[in-house]
Amino acid sequence: MNRDFYSKLIFEHSHPGRQGYSLPRNAFAHVELPAGLTRQGALDLPEVDEPTVVRHYTNSSNNNFGVDTGFYPLGSCTMKYNPKINEEIAADPVMARLHPLQPASTCQGALEIYYTLQQALSEIGGMSEFTLNPFAGAHGELTGLMTIHAYHDSREDWGRTKVIVPDSAHGTNPASAAVCGYQIIEVKSLADGTVDVADLKSKLSDEVAAVMMTNPNTVGMFEKSIPEIAEAVHACGALLYYDGANLNPMLGVARPGDMGFDVMHINLHKTFSTPHGGGGPGSGPIGVRKGLEQFLPNPRVVKLADGTFDVVCEESALGRVSMWLGNFTVEMRALAYIMSLGSEGLMKVGPLAALNANYIMHHLRDLYLLPIEGPCKHEFVFDGLIDKSTGVTTLNVAKRLLDFGFHAPTIYFPLLFHESLMIEPTETETKETLDRFIEVMRQIAVEAKENPELVNSAPHNTPIAHPDDTEAALHPVVTYKEL
Amino acid sequence: MSLHRYLPQTEQDIAAMLADCHAKALDDLYCDVPTELRLKQPYDLPAEMSEKEVRDFFAKMRANCSTLTCFGGAGFYDHYSPAVINSIISRSEFLTAYTPYQPEISQGTLQYIFEYQSMMTALTGLEVSNASMYDGATATAEAMMMCVAAARKKNRVLISATVNPMVADVVRTYARYHKVTLEVIPEKDGVTSVEAFHEMMGAGDVAGVIVAAPNFYGIVEDYTGWAEYCHERKALLVMNCQASALAAIKTPGEWGADIAVGDAQSLGMPLNYGGPYLGYMCTTKALIRKMPGRIVGATKDEKGNRVFVLTLQAREQHIRREKATSNICSNQGLMALYATIYLSLMGPKGMQDVNALSCDGAHYLAAELAATGKMQLAYADKPFLHEFLMKLAPGVTADAVIAKAMEAGIFAGVKLADDLLLIAVTEMQSKADMDKYVSLVKSL
Repeated sequence: MNRDFYSKLIFEHSHPGRQGYSLPRNAFAHVELPAGLTRQGALDLPEVDEPTVVRHYTNSSNNNFGVDTGFYPLGSCTMKYNPKINEEIAADPVMARLHPLQPASTCQGALEIYYTLQQALSEIGGMSEFTLNPFAGAHGELTGLMTIHAYHDSREDWGRTKVIVPDSAHGTNPASAAVCGYQIIEVKSLADGTVDVADLKSKLSDEVAAVMMTNPNTVGMFEKSIPEIAEAVHACGALLYYDGANLNPMLGVARPGDMGFDVMHINLHKTFSTPHGGGGPGSGPIGVRKGLEQFLPNPRVVKLADGTFDVVCEESALGRVSMWLGNFTVEMRALAYIMSLGSEGLMKVGPLAALNANYIMHHLRDLYLLPIEGPCKHEFVFDGLIDKSTGVTTLNVAKRLLDFGFHAPTIYFPLLFHESLMIEPTETETKETLDRFIEVMRQIAVEAKENPELVNSAPHNTPIAHPDDTEAALHPVVTYKEL
Repeated sequence: MSLHRYLPQTEQDIAAMLADCHAKALDDLYCDVPTELRLKQPYDLPAEMSEKEVRDFFAKMRANCSTLTCFGGAGFYDHYSPAVINSIISRSEFLTAYTPYQPEISQGTLQYIFEYQSMMTALTGLEVSNASMYDGATATAEAMMMCVAAARKKNRVLISATVNPMVADVVRTYARYHKVTLEVIPEKDGVTSVEAFHEMMGAGDVAGVIVAAPNFYGIVEDYTGWAEYCHERKALLVMNCQASALAAIKTPGEWGADIAVGDAQSLGMPLNYGGPYLGYMCTTKALIRKMPGRIVGATKDEKGNRVFVLTLQAREQHIRREKATSNICSNQGLMALYATIYLSLMGPKGMQDVNALSCDGAHYLAAELAATGKMQLAYADKPFLHEFLMKLAPGVTADAVIAKAMEAGIFAGVKLADDLLLIAVTEMQSKADMDKYVSLVKSL
């Protein structure tokens, strides 16, 4: 009923003289900054009352879809359930008031949380030590590559200027390597989606600093040649980096450290259930094998002989990538998740995630083109519908799914196929949800044949119709003032 | 029975699903994982805890932390967070959504990011804003890389010694690996040395200059002529600004800066022991295609309604890979919502009032502390907003002040040296808190 009214911007509810705040009385003498140093221009913020703010954002939230709303099979994003107890814990009023620089003796609980999670991730990753400081997966990748850079620097091995990434890698891999100052060498994938080991070996040399891999890779296949790859990479003096975006199916099955990886990152907002928040805050801890700990970024949390915790900085560190110890409340949530599942529960996460993915794959492969034979791990990729004569594309299928109350899968990634449709259900979905999704996907395949226009013009039931992206990019309007 | 409340499949479900997949056991799904790589035993981690036990564990952790009356700043500010914010950001439609890739079902996120961008441009006085970054330090590092990318063949960047040293450390780390020559413009009497700045700009090979407002000591520096001096030498001026202060001090836009970056934690975000916070970045329209991070733009849908989408994605890693403007792949969405709600509630008047209250309180406290004779303003002739550096009298140490104040649950400030204490005031500390602090100092 209020849709039109509340689809306005908050600026359009502004009414001069309204206020939505309260502050303690100012009991002090008034001080003015010198005139040349003060703001001259008016501050164009809305003037709104508290109820209007609440209604505005409540209504606008209704135009959003989250994991709590429905099934979110977004490939490579691991959209599992975000437990409520974790939210309660992260909203702790005492932690909320902790200043990072207040004496360590007054933050022991916070430091213990950090330390405990650090230890747990080391065990799960098969690594020697973790830092939780990086803010996101891409930030973890960058920090991991800096660790590798610092390692080579410490050996005065200056000639290693290149990083190898597979063509199926997440876009952040080459981008992080470039930010870290490396040139990128791309390695081909074989028809089965795994890395071409011969091609990889031919590209190894004493100019290579690192090889970045995702395992299972972005088509959901386990890179079974990983021991051979690790051996070749180490033989040439380079290090092997594990992109932890796809760690979920490995829980309870195998550890990156045991596969021969030297440095890895973990996306707490994927594998460890912390909410994505519409794009962040995430958290991208990195772990290293024995012998690389000294390069991890400052500051670091250490446990002292008397059992207390302290924050220290080390000379040997690669530097600082964050002001303090990362996204602390995200770390709290991840630890709560690990404790809730416990060792035995975590052991089941990977296999059940793989089961859900394989189940969907098996029930749709007669209608959607499966370019790579499974068993898949946490996710798999279809190359669009088998019947290409309908003209219905992956984009159309994705948009049609929205009409049925499902989020779309990841589309047009990986770049190995023209019509990539990447599905990752996660372990927290019931069989009934998967069955309904399968039913809808099958119905869309039938519609594509019988009534392609219905699919091509989707979505039909969403809060808005298809937006004009081209116009948005050609003539960017990015603020209220420009409207 | 299912295995766990987060793992819904029952044994019967598992058996039925495996049969459909032509598999006998869950292990069959991992037949391609070499045996020697397989975990031989369960993780060496504690057993499953009930929700009550998890809650109890965190209660124990909480009991080992103390909430103090906080006069510490140094880039982290203890501002009040209105109740509305927590209520709204807890809505799972916002909390549990991914990056808004599907605009048809993400207008909630896209709309508030558009509002956020509008508010940040209003605060900074610049034309465009991205959809947010991790924090102020990494945003500043990104700005440094943006300067180098925009200048093409120049890779020298200057950073003022008055920029928060933790921010400068992060910038230095990025510079080291990104192969940017980062040089520090020295300070003189608490402000950036103009002479040194001019001298270092001499050769004309500088891509960008990074300064702070207010600076690390809380001082509001005078940057008259800095932008012109940079632009004549084809360098960009980057200003690292504490977001809340921009409602009171001369803005990057008014100084003629090209890029404004910083932390927006001061816009009502709890301290939370260092994060999550919110990095912002604003720039000119001319530089929009060089800007890292997500950007939301307005457009129309097929029915002609105004809608919002992620735009200018051709700059980003998922399309450009190693040629992208940055490796950043996310925005700090929920924290941007935090800032947006905060600024909506505060409005122009509230932002003015909160700055006045902090500024007035800080000047009161500085004067009272100086009157004890135990310390005095390190840079008495320099204007400050709500944070100031105290030079301690001979025989008084920062550690002694901090320890004494702790007796009354007061965090006295951040020690910069044995005889230097950096003190911040916000609306959270009352006059009574300040008087208590002063009396403790007096008793030293």
